[in-house]
Amino acid sequence: MIAEDKLERFEKSILPQMDAAYNLARWLTRSDVDAQDVVQEAYLRAFKFFAGFRGGDSRSWLLRIVRNTCYTWIGKNRRGEVKMTTEEEALDLTSDAATPDEVLLQKADSKSLHQAIEELPLEFRETLVMRELEGMSYKEIADVADLPLGTVMSRLARARRLLRQRLLNQPGGKG
Amino acid sequence: MSCSEFGVLIHGYLDGELELSRSLEIEQHIGSCPSCSQTYANLRSLRQAIAGGSLHIDAPKGLRMRVRSALRRESRAEAPIKLMRWGWMFLWAPLGAVAIVLLAIFILRLPQAADGRLAQEVVSAHVRSLQPGHLVDVTSGDQHTVKPWFNGKLDFSPPVKDLAAQGFILLGGRLDYVGDRAVAALVYQRRKHLINLFITPSARAGSVAEKSLSDRGYNLIGWTQSDMSYWVVSDLNESELRQFVLLVRK
Repeated sequence: MIAEDKLERFEKSILPQMDAAYNLARWLTRSDVDAQDVVQEAYLRAFKFFAGFRGGDSRSWLLRIVRNTCYTWIGKNRRGEVKMTTEEEALDLTSDAATPDEVLLQKADSKSLHQAIEELPLEFRETLVMRELEGMSYKEIADVADLPLGTVMSRLARARRLLRQRLLNQPGGKG
Repeated sequence: MSCSEFGVLIHGYLDGELELSRSLEIEQHIGSCPSCSQTYANLRSLRQAIAGGSLHIDAPKGLRMRVRSALRRESRAEAPIKLMRWGWMFLWAPLGAVAIVLLAIFILRLPQAADGRLAQEVVSAHVRSLQPGHLVDVTSGDQHTVKPWFNGKLDFSPPVKDLAAQGFILLGGRLDYVGDRAVAALVYQRRKHLINLFITPSARAGSVAEKSLSDRGYNLIGWTQSDMSYWVVSDLNESELRQFVLLVRK
Protein backbone atom coordinates (compact mmCIF):
# COMPACT_ATOMS: atom_id res chain seq x y z
CA MET A 1 0.00 0.00 0.00
CA ILE A 2 2.82 2.35 0.93
CA ALA A 3 4.72 1.36 -2.21
CA GLU A 4 1.63 1.99 -4.37
CA ASP A 5 1.19 5.40 -2.81
CA LYS A 6 4.83 6.27 -3.42
CA LEU A 7 4.61 5.24 -7.07
CA GLU A 8 1.44 7.24 -7.53
CA ARG A 9 2.94 10.38 -6.03
CA PHE A 10 6.11 9.91 -8.02
CA GLU A 11 4.27 9.48 -11.30
CA LYS A 12 2.20 12.56 -10.57
CA SER A 13 5.04 14.92 -9.69
CA ILE A 14 8.14 13.63 -11.48
CA LEU A 15 6.91 11.84 -14.60
CA PRO A 16 5.60 15.06 -16.24
CA GLN A 17 9.18 16.35 -16.31
CA MET A 18 10.26 13.68 -18.77
CA ASP A 19 10.57 16.04 -21.74
CA ALA A 20 12.97 18.24 -19.79
CA ALA A 21 14.87 15.17 -18.63
CA TYR A 22 15.15 13.74 -22.11
CA ASN A 23 16.09 17.08 -23.66
CA LEU A 24 19.00 17.55 -21.26
CA ALA A 25 20.13 13.92 -21.58
CA ARG A 26 19.84 14.09 -25.35
CA TRP A 27 21.98 17.23 -25.59
CA LEU A 28 24.56 15.89 -23.15
CA THR A 29 24.90 12.38 -24.62
CA ARG A 30 24.20 13.53 -28.21
CA SER A 31 22.44 10.26 -28.88
CA ASP A 32 18.78 9.26 -28.79
CA VAL A 33 19.41 5.67 -27.65
CA ASP A 34 21.83 6.68 -24.92
CA ALA A 35 19.60 9.53 -23.79
CA GLN A 36 16.70 7.08 -23.38
CA ASP A 37 18.86 4.73 -21.32
CA VAL A 38 20.11 7.60 -19.18
CA VAL A 39 16.60 8.93 -18.62
CA GLN A 40 15.32 5.53 -17.56
CA GLU A 41 18.21 5.05 -15.17
CA ALA A 42 17.81 8.57 -13.82
CA TYR A 43 14.11 7.92 -13.21
CA LEU A 44 14.86 4.75 -11.29
CA ARG A 45 17.43 6.61 -9.22
CA ALA A 46 14.98 9.43 -8.65
CA PHE A 47 12.36 6.90 -7.52
CA LYS A 48 14.84 5.46 -5.05
CA PHE A 49 15.65 8.90 -3.66
CA PHE A 50 12.07 10.14 -3.87
CA ALA A 51 11.77 10.20 -0.08
CA GLY A 52 14.36 12.99 -0.14
CA PHE A 53 12.19 15.13 -2.42
CA ARG A 54 10.47 17.70 -0.23
CA GLY A 55 8.18 19.05 -2.88
CA GLY A 56 8.87 22.30 -4.69
CA ASP A 57 10.75 22.47 -7.98
CA SER A 58 10.42 18.93 -9.31
CA ARG A 59 12.11 19.81 -12.62
CA SER A 60 15.33 21.02 -10.98
CA TRP A 61 15.26 18.06 -8.60
CA LEU A 62 14.97 15.60 -11.46
CA LEU A 63 17.41 17.39 -13.77
CA ARG A 64 20.05 17.28 -11.08
CA ILE A 65 19.76 13.49 -11.06
CA VAL A 66 19.61 13.35 -14.88
CA ARG A 67 22.73 15.46 -15.11
CA ASN A 68 24.61 13.27 -12.62
CA THR A 69 23.51 10.14 -14.47
CA CYS A 70 24.69 11.71 -17.73
CA TYR A 71 28.08 12.53 -16.29
CA THR A 72 28.46 8.98 -14.99
CA TRP A 73 27.50 7.67 -18.43
CA ILE A 74 29.88 10.06 -20.19
CA GLY A 75 32.67 9.16 -17.78
CA LYS A 76 32.18 5.49 -18.71
CA ASN A 77 31.56 5.84 -22.43
CA ARG A 78 33.17 9.07 -23.53
CA ARG A 79 36.28 9.35 -21.44
CA GLY A 80 38.02 12.64 -21.99
CA GLU A 81 34.91 14.65 -22.68
CA VAL A 82 34.48 15.71 -19.08
CA LYS A 83 37.35 18.12 -18.91
CA MET A 84 36.46 21.51 -17.63
CA THR A 85 37.83 24.42 -19.53
CA THR A 86 40.10 26.43 -17.28
CA GLU A 87 40.07 29.64 -19.27
CA GLU A 88 36.56 30.32 -18.00
CA GLU A 89 37.77 33.02 -15.62
CA ALA A 90 40.07 34.60 -18.19
CA LEU A 91 37.14 35.32 -20.42
CA ASP A 92 37.96 37.91 -22.99
CA LEU A 93 34.79 39.12 -24.56
CA THR A 94 36.04 42.48 -25.75
CA SER A 95 37.41 40.75 -28.82
CA ASP A 96 33.86 39.94 -29.91
CA ALA A 97 33.58 41.43 -33.30
CA ALA A 98 30.90 44.01 -32.96
CA THR A 99 29.76 43.74 -36.48
CA PRO A 100 26.13 43.27 -37.45
CA ASP A 101 25.42 39.61 -38.12
CA GLU A 102 21.67 39.59 -37.78
CA VAL A 103 21.38 38.48 -41.37
CA LEU A 104 23.85 35.70 -40.84
CA LEU A 105 22.11 34.45 -37.75
CA GLN A 106 18.71 34.64 -39.32
CA LYS A 107 20.05 32.37 -42.03
CA ALA A 108 21.37 29.89 -39.49
CA ASP A 109 18.82 27.17 -39.84
CA SER A 110 17.78 24.70 -37.23
CA LYS A 111 20.19 22.06 -38.47
CA SER A 112 23.30 24.22 -38.32
CA LEU A 113 22.28 25.58 -34.92
CA HIS A 114 21.79 22.05 -33.67
CA GLN A 115 25.22 21.05 -34.91
CA ALA A 116 26.88 24.16 -33.48
CA ILE A 117 25.38 23.57 -30.04
CA GLU A 118 26.35 19.90 -30.08
CA GLU A 119 29.94 20.92 -30.76
CA LEU A 120 30.11 23.12 -27.66
CA PRO A 121 32.19 21.79 -24.78
CA LEU A 122 30.02 19.89 -22.30
CA GLU A 123 29.86 22.48 -19.52
CA PHE A 124 28.90 25.32 -21.90
CA ARG A 125 26.46 23.13 -23.78
CA GLU A 126 24.56 22.12 -20.65
CA THR A 127 24.37 25.68 -19.36
CA LEU A 128 23.10 26.96 -22.70
CA VAL A 129 20.56 24.14 -23.05
CA MET A 130 19.14 24.74 -19.58
CA ARG A 131 18.95 28.50 -20.17
CA GLU A 132 17.81 28.75 -23.77
CA LEU A 133 15.91 25.52 -24.33
CA GLU A 134 14.47 24.94 -20.85
CA GLY A 135 14.17 28.63 -19.98
CA MET A 136 15.63 28.02 -16.54
CA SER A 137 16.72 30.86 -14.26
CA TYR A 138 20.34 31.26 -13.18
CA LYS A 139 19.30 30.06 -9.73
CA GLU A 140 17.77 26.87 -11.10
CA ILE A 141 20.80 26.19 -13.30
CA ALA A 142 23.11 26.83 -10.33
CA ASP A 143 21.13 24.29 -8.29
CA VAL A 144 21.18 21.62 -10.98
CA ALA A 145 24.84 22.03 -11.94
CA ASP A 146 26.12 22.88 -8.45
CA LEU A 147 27.60 26.19 -9.54
CA PRO A 148 27.78 29.71 -8.14
CA LEU A 149 25.41 32.15 -9.88
CA GLY A 150 28.34 34.15 -11.27
CA THR A 151 29.73 31.04 -12.93
CA VAL A 152 26.37 30.36 -14.56
CA MET A 153 26.49 33.82 -16.11
CA SER A 154 30.11 33.55 -17.25
CA ARG A 155 29.50 30.09 -18.72
CA LEU A 156 26.54 31.43 -20.65
CA ALA A 157 28.66 34.31 -21.95
CA ARG A 158 31.29 31.85 -23.09
CA ALA A 159 28.75 29.46 -24.59
CA ARG A 160 27.08 32.19 -26.65
CA ARG A 161 30.37 33.52 -27.89
CA LEU A 162 31.56 30.06 -28.94
CA LEU A 163 28.22 29.34 -30.56
CA ARG A 164 28.35 32.53 -32.55
CA GLN A 165 31.89 31.81 -33.70
CA ARG A 166 30.90 28.33 -34.81
CA LEU A 167 27.92 29.58 -36.71
CA LEU A 168 30.10 32.15 -38.46
CA ASN A 169 32.66 29.50 -39.40
CA GLN A 170 30.23 26.87 -40.51
CA PRO A 171 30.48 26.11 -44.21
CA GLY A 172 27.43 27.53 -45.87
CA GLY A 173 26.73 29.69 -42.85
CA LYS A 174 28.21 32.69 -44.57
CA GLY A 175 26.50 32.10 -47.85
CA MET B 1 30.94 51.03 -16.79
CA SER B 2 33.77 49.73 -18.94
CA CYS B 3 33.28 47.60 -22.06
CA SER B 4 35.10 44.62 -20.47
CA GLU B 5 32.74 44.74 -17.48
CA PHE B 6 29.87 44.95 -19.92
CA GLY B 7 31.06 41.79 -21.72
CA VAL B 8 29.75 39.35 -19.10
CA LEU B 9 27.06 41.46 -17.47
CA ILE B 10 25.27 41.93 -20.77
CA HIS B 11 24.31 38.26 -20.55
CA GLY B 12 22.75 38.79 -17.16
CA TYR B 13 20.91 41.74 -18.63
CA LEU B 14 19.79 39.72 -21.64
CA ASP B 15 18.49 36.99 -19.34
CA GLY B 16 16.75 39.43 -17.01
CA GLU B 17 18.87 38.32 -14.06
CA LEU B 18 20.39 41.64 -12.99
CA GLU B 19 19.33 43.94 -10.20
CA LEU B 20 17.53 47.08 -11.27
CA SER B 21 20.50 49.39 -10.60
CA ARG B 22 22.79 47.16 -12.65
CA SER B 23 20.27 46.98 -15.45
CA LEU B 24 20.08 50.77 -15.60
CA GLU B 25 23.88 50.98 -15.84
CA ILE B 26 23.81 48.49 -18.72
CA GLU B 27 21.13 50.44 -20.52
CA GLN B 28 23.11 53.65 -20.14
CA HIS B 29 26.19 51.94 -21.55
CA ILE B 30 24.29 50.48 -24.51
CA GLY B 31 23.03 53.97 -25.22
CA SER B 32 26.51 55.50 -25.19
CA CYS B 33 28.73 52.74 -26.68
CA PRO B 34 28.03 51.73 -30.31
CA SER B 35 30.28 48.67 -30.09
CA CYS B 36 28.55 47.23 -27.05
CA SER B 37 25.21 48.19 -28.51
CA GLN B 38 26.06 46.04 -31.52
CA THR B 39 27.16 43.16 -29.30
CA TYR B 40 23.84 43.33 -27.54
CA ALA B 41 21.94 43.35 -30.81
CA ASN B 42 23.89 40.32 -31.99
CA LEU B 43 23.13 38.44 -28.79
CA ARG B 44 19.44 39.21 -29.18
CA SER B 45 19.39 37.86 -32.69
CA LEU B 46 21.29 34.76 -31.60
CA ARG B 47 18.71 34.19 -28.96
CA GLN B 48 15.92 34.65 -31.47
CA ALA B 49 17.55 32.16 -33.78
CA ILE B 50 17.77 29.58 -31.00
CA ALA B 51 14.20 30.22 -29.91
CA GLY B 52 12.96 29.78 -33.47
CA GLY B 53 15.08 26.71 -34.16
CA SER B 54 12.81 24.14 -32.48
CA LEU B 55 15.85 22.86 -30.68
CA HIS B 56 14.10 21.42 -27.64
CA ILE B 57 13.92 17.69 -28.14
CA ASP B 58 10.95 16.08 -26.41
CA ALA B 59 10.98 12.53 -25.10
CA PRO B 60 9.98 9.90 -27.65
CA LYS B 61 6.52 8.43 -27.01
CA GLY B 62 7.85 4.95 -26.22
CA LEU B 63 10.14 6.25 -23.48
CA ARG B 64 7.29 7.22 -21.19
CA MET B 65 5.84 3.71 -21.35
CA ARG B 66 9.25 2.17 -20.90
CA VAL B 67 10.05 4.27 -17.83
CA ARG B 68 6.62 3.63 -16.34
CA SER B 69 6.96 -0.11 -16.56
CA ALA B 70 10.52 0.06 -15.19
CA LEU B 71 9.16 2.06 -12.26
CA ARG B 72 6.42 -0.50 -11.64
CA ARG B 73 8.96 -3.29 -11.63
CA GLU B 74 11.13 -1.29 -9.23
CA SER B 75 8.15 -0.51 -7.02
CA ARG B 76 7.15 -4.18 -6.88
CA ALA B 77 10.75 -5.15 -6.17
CA GLU B 78 10.91 -2.65 -3.33
CA ALA B 79 7.70 -3.81 -1.68
CA PRO B 80 8.66 -7.46 -1.02
CA ILE B 81 11.99 -6.35 0.38
CA LYS B 82 10.21 -4.21 2.92
CA LEU B 83 7.68 -6.93 3.66
CA MET B 84 10.47 -9.42 4.03
CA ARG B 85 12.29 -7.20 6.47
CA TRP B 86 9.16 -6.70 8.51
CA GLY B 87 8.29 -10.36 8.12
CA TRP B 88 11.55 -11.31 9.72
CA MET B 89 10.86 -8.80 12.46
CA PHE B 90 7.47 -10.34 13.14
CA LEU B 91 9.02 -13.78 13.24
CA TRP B 92 12.05 -12.93 15.33
CA ALA B 93 10.69 -10.29 17.68
CA PRO B 94 8.61 -12.70 19.84
CA LEU B 95 11.34 -15.33 19.74
CA GLY B 96 13.84 -12.70 20.75
CA ALA B 97 11.61 -11.56 23.60
CA VAL B 98 11.17 -15.14 24.81
CA ALA B 99 14.90 -15.71 24.58
CA ILE B 100 15.60 -12.58 26.63
CA VAL B 101 13.10 -13.63 29.30
CA LEU B 102 14.56 -17.14 29.44
CA LEU B 103 18.06 -15.74 29.66
CA ALA B 104 17.03 -13.39 32.46
CA ILE B 105 15.42 -16.25 34.38
CA PHE B 106 18.48 -18.40 33.81
CA ILE B 107 20.85 -15.67 35.03
CA LEU B 108 18.70 -14.81 38.05
CA ARG B 109 18.13 -18.43 38.99
CA LEU B 110 21.70 -19.52 38.37
CA PRO B 111 23.13 -18.81 41.86
CA GLN B 112 19.96 -20.16 43.44
CA ALA B 113 20.14 -23.30 41.37
CA ALA B 114 23.80 -23.70 42.22
CA ASP B 115 23.02 -23.12 45.90
CA GLY B 116 20.16 -25.55 45.70
CA ARG B 117 22.38 -28.21 44.19
CA LEU B 118 25.11 -27.52 46.76
CA ALA B 119 22.56 -27.62 49.58
CA GLN B 120 21.41 -31.04 48.38
CA GLU B 121 24.99 -32.23 48.38
CA VAL B 122 25.54 -30.78 51.84
CA VAL B 123 22.48 -32.60 53.20
CA SER B 124 23.53 -35.81 51.45
CA ALA B 125 26.99 -35.52 53.00
CA HIS B 126 25.35 -34.88 56.38
CA VAL B 127 23.10 -37.95 56.01
CA ARG B 128 26.05 -40.07 54.91
CA SER B 129 28.04 -38.94 57.94
CA LEU B 130 25.23 -40.19 60.22
CA GLN B 131 25.66 -43.74 59.00
CA PRO B 132 27.58 -45.90 61.44
CA GLY B 133 31.32 -45.34 61.37
CA HIS B 134 31.18 -42.36 59.01
CA LEU B 135 30.81 -39.44 61.35
CA VAL B 136 34.40 -38.51 62.09
CA ASP B 137 37.89 -39.42 60.93
CA VAL B 138 39.48 -37.79 63.91
CA THR B 139 37.70 -38.07 67.21
CA SER B 140 38.59 -35.23 69.52
CA GLY B 141 36.96 -32.45 71.45
CA ASP B 142 40.16 -30.51 71.32
CA GLN B 143 40.43 -27.88 68.58
CA HIS B 144 44.23 -28.14 68.77
CA THR B 145 44.00 -31.79 67.81
CA VAL B 146 41.36 -31.49 65.14
CA LYS B 147 42.84 -28.50 63.27
CA PRO B 148 46.34 -29.99 62.73
CA TRP B 149 44.76 -33.26 61.65
CA PHE B 150 43.71 -31.61 58.35
CA ASN B 151 47.33 -30.68 57.54
CA GLY B 152 48.44 -32.50 54.43
CA LYS B 153 44.91 -33.67 53.71
CA LEU B 154 43.54 -30.36 52.39
CA ASP B 155 45.09 -27.40 50.56
CA PHE B 156 43.75 -25.10 53.23
CA SER B 157 43.57 -24.98 57.02
CA PRO B 158 40.02 -24.79 58.36
CA PRO B 159 39.33 -22.71 61.45
CA VAL B 160 38.26 -24.94 64.33
CA LYS B 161 36.54 -23.52 67.40
CA ASP B 162 35.85 -25.04 70.79
CA LEU B 163 32.23 -24.10 71.56
CA ALA B 164 31.68 -26.52 74.44
CA ALA B 165 31.12 -23.65 76.87
CA GLN B 166 28.18 -22.50 74.71
CA GLY B 167 26.64 -26.00 74.57
CA PHE B 168 28.03 -27.17 71.26
CA ILE B 169 30.39 -30.07 71.81
CA LEU B 170 33.11 -30.66 69.23
CA LEU B 171 33.13 -34.38 68.36
CA GLY B 172 35.87 -34.30 65.76
CA GLY B 173 36.47 -33.81 62.09
CA ARG B 174 36.64 -35.68 58.79
CA LEU B 175 37.40 -35.23 55.13
CA ASP B 176 34.41 -35.04 52.91
CA TYR B 177 33.66 -34.32 49.31
CA VAL B 178 31.07 -31.64 48.51
CA GLY B 179 30.61 -29.43 45.48
CA ASP B 180 33.22 -31.25 43.45
CA ARG B 181 36.00 -30.70 45.92
CA ALA B 182 37.46 -31.96 49.17
CA VAL B 183 36.16 -30.07 52.17
CA ALA B 184 36.72 -30.03 55.89
CA ALA B 185 33.80 -31.31 57.95
CA LEU B 186 33.63 -30.50 61.65
CA VAL B 187 31.07 -32.28 63.78
CA TYR B 188 29.44 -30.71 66.82
CA GLN B 189 26.75 -32.03 69.05
CA ARG B 190 23.91 -30.13 70.69
CA ARG B 191 22.04 -32.44 73.09
CA LYS B 192 21.10 -35.38 70.82
CA HIS B 193 21.47 -33.36 67.61
CA LEU B 194 24.50 -33.63 65.38
CA ILE B 195 25.75 -30.63 63.45
CA ASN B 196 28.00 -30.83 60.42
CA LEU B 197 30.02 -27.71 59.63
CA PHE B 198 31.49 -27.87 56.14
CA ILE B 199 34.34 -25.51 55.34
CA THR B 200 35.93 -24.88 51.95
CA PRO B 201 37.78 -21.98 50.31
CA SER B 202 35.28 -19.77 48.53
CA ALA B 203 35.26 -19.55 44.76
CA ARG B 204 34.18 -15.95 45.17
CA ALA B 205 36.23 -13.40 47.08
CA GLY B 206 34.75 -11.39 49.92
CA SER B 207 31.71 -12.14 52.02
CA VAL B 208 28.30 -13.43 51.13
CA ALA B 209 25.34 -13.01 53.40
CA GLU B 210 23.78 -15.99 55.14
CA LYS B 211 21.32 -18.16 53.31
CA SER B 212 18.88 -20.37 55.16
CA LEU B 213 17.44 -23.39 53.48
CA SER B 214 15.77 -26.58 54.48
CA ASP B 215 16.01 -29.82 52.64
CA ARG B 216 14.55 -33.22 53.56
CA GLY B 217 13.78 -32.02 57.07
CA TYR B 218 17.26 -30.67 57.74
CA ASN B 219 18.06 -27.04 58.28
CA LEU B 220 20.94 -25.50 56.42
CA ILE B 221 22.70 -22.20 56.77
CA GLY B 222 25.41 -21.14 54.38
CA TRP B 223 27.61 -18.09 54.17
CA THR B 224 30.96 -16.88 53.01
CA GLN B 225 33.37 -15.11 55.30
CA SER B 226 37.05 -14.22 54.90
CA ASP B 227 37.18 -16.04 51.56
CA MET B 228 35.91 -19.27 53.14
CA SER B 229 32.54 -20.81 52.46
CA TYR B 230 30.63 -22.39 55.33
CA TRP B 231 27.66 -24.70 55.38
CA VAL B 232 25.99 -25.75 58.56
CA VAL B 233 23.48 -28.60 58.47
CA SER B 234 21.58 -30.30 61.25
CA ASP B 235 18.21 -31.56 62.38
CA LEU B 236 18.54 -28.96 65.14
CA ASN B 237 15.85 -26.27 65.15
CA GLU B 238 16.63 -23.18 63.14
CA SER B 239 17.01 -20.70 66.01
CA GLU B 240 19.57 -22.82 67.83
CA LEU B 241 21.35 -23.46 64.55
CA ARG B 242 21.50 -19.69 64.06
CA GLN B 243 22.98 -19.35 67.48
CA PHE B 244 25.65 -21.87 66.48
CA VAL B 245 26.33 -19.94 63.28
CA LEU B 246 26.77 -16.73 65.28
CA LEU B 247 29.34 -18.44 67.48
CA VAL B 248 31.24 -19.84 64.50
CA ARG B 249 31.26 -16.45 62.79
CA LYS B 250 32.65 -14.61 65.81
